[in-house]
Amino acid sequence: MFANSRLERVLRSGRFAVTAELNAPDSANPEDVYRNALVLAEVCDAINATDGSGANCHMSSLGCCALLVRAGYEPVYQISCRDRNRIAIQGDLLGAAALGVKNVLCLTGDDVTAGDQPGAKRVFDLDSLQLLHTATIMRDHGVFLSGRKLTTPPQLFLGAAANPFVPPFAWRPERMAKKIAAGASFIQTQYCFDVPRLRTFMQRAVDMGLHEKAFILVGVGPLRSDKAAEFMRTKVPGVHIPDAVVARLAGVAPKQKAEEGKRICIEIIQQVREMAGVAGVHIMAYRQEETVAEIVHRAGLFPRHAVGAHREGHVNQHAVHHASGNGAQPAHHAGQYGSASPGMASQGELQ
Amino acid sequence: MTINLPEARRWPGSEWIKNHPAALERIYAVSVKAFTRVYPAMKKIAPQSSERVMVFVEAVGKGYVWNCQMCGQCILHSTGMTCPMNCPKNLRNGPCGGVRANGHCEVIPERMCVWVQAWERSQAMAVYGHKIVTLQPPVNRALKNTSSWINMVEGTDQITPPGWAAASPTGNEGLEHR
Ligand code: SF4
Repeated sequence: MFANSRLERVLRSGRFAVTAELNAPDSANPEDVYRNALVLAEVCDAINATDGSGANCHMSSLGCCALLVRAGYEPVYQISCRDRNRIAIQGDLLGAAALGVKNVLCLTGDDVTAGDQPGAKRVFDLDSLQLLHTATIMRDHGVFLSGRKLTTPPQLFLGAAANPFVPPFAWRPERMAKKIAAGASFIQTQYCFDVPRLRTFMQRAVDMGLHEKAFILVGVGPLRSDKAAEFMRTKVPGVHIPDAVVARLAGVAPKQKAEEGKRICIEIIQQVREMAGVAGVHIMAYRQEETVAEIVHRAGLFPRHAVGAHREGHVNQHAVHHASGNGAQPAHHAGQYGSASPGMASQGELQ
Repeated sequence: MTINLPEARRWPGSEWIKNHPAALERIYAVSVKAFTRVYPAMKKIAPQSSERVMVFVEAVGKGYVWNCQMCGQCILHSTGMTCPMNCPKNLRNGPCGGVRANGHCEVIPERMCVWVQAWERSQAMAVYGHKIVTLQPPVNRALKNTSSWINMVEGTDQITPPGWAAASPTGNEGLEHR
């Protein structure tokens, strides 16, 4: 265990993890964060606070994380390399850890041209791998990049992103391996709408043993309509949506589109869950927190916290594993608890 | 070209040259040996001018073929003989997640992603191709517009931040995942 992270505990227990993305508000009112987080916190193990996603300005990820910690939730602090140089980033890592943030996701970041302020300066002083390794150095060696000592190193569970759905496909598993070697203990992928493509990627990852070195969470999300899908795949960087998915949404009545989008998302979750090496899902739904909750319920991933009594047991079990020299546990026992959970009733209707 | 970034420039014929990575890596290997021999003499005779001459030679020569951005710490041979500083995000360790379905750049839609090209080209490189998985340290921005060849012989481009070096004793060459 690197940090006293709830997310890490859930993942190590072998339970199928659920994380979700919080839409940072365009507001200085903490209530706006709390309102969005309240819905998500019930249905997931950790909440990602985005760092100016799509290069649009919102409340900072560190600000959101501080509020989430204050409310007793488990945030994943997303850091992108787009806006800050190495000096600012290292300082923020210390600040975040001091505020009680336990999980960090290291990202490259969308380019400024994707957002509403394309005239901004792109920083990209570090790249995501250098950022990951810098955070690892601070945690494990207790120094800044400059070599200067830290009195208390930040205890962080470090993660990285992967996008199996865009070229160069052959390199994507290798790149994930590189991120794991640089210090990533968990991976959250880009939106998955193409399960066969993910399967090819995961097979290679499992062959390379990557699922034993890091926990891989697959990104999923509901599409509101074929129009929304078209927008996402043309305007949002790195999102790949196969024609078949768009056609399926186009084929239903306008009032049914949102429901069909949810159904597609739930089906993908269920397929992904059966896939070797997958440790959980990361649900992203822009401005639709309620939908996330509904999806978690209908996909049979609820309840999240009802197994609290078990959790202590898991930790002990983990300690035993650790003592016997077992590092990160393979994620094979995924589903072990999920399939026994009461929220499964709805699963049948979808298959 | 919708975006007028320096990274977007390509001189006529330069892509054709870069599509012969196996030949380029051989030329590179020979040039490294040759320059390492010649440089001490150059330095003795005229240290100031040799720096200026080399900066000019690189800006023109590497500028023509690779659209060199004069980062001063060349890793061309580790990145499929494709300049990573032509990536608008300055990534030194591989492509971001924004690559388009046709393999083009997120930022410059008219250009191939340099990392898609780098990966393909590295597969054809027998000598240095495997280096593409090496973790590249943070860029030393202080070396911008200096001669990467002189930095290579002097060893200045191998100096990583002290904290980085402490964590990976082999410095630049360290941390390959296999
Ligand atoms: S010196 Fe730097 S900018 Fe120039 S070709 Fe080499 S890596 Fe690219």
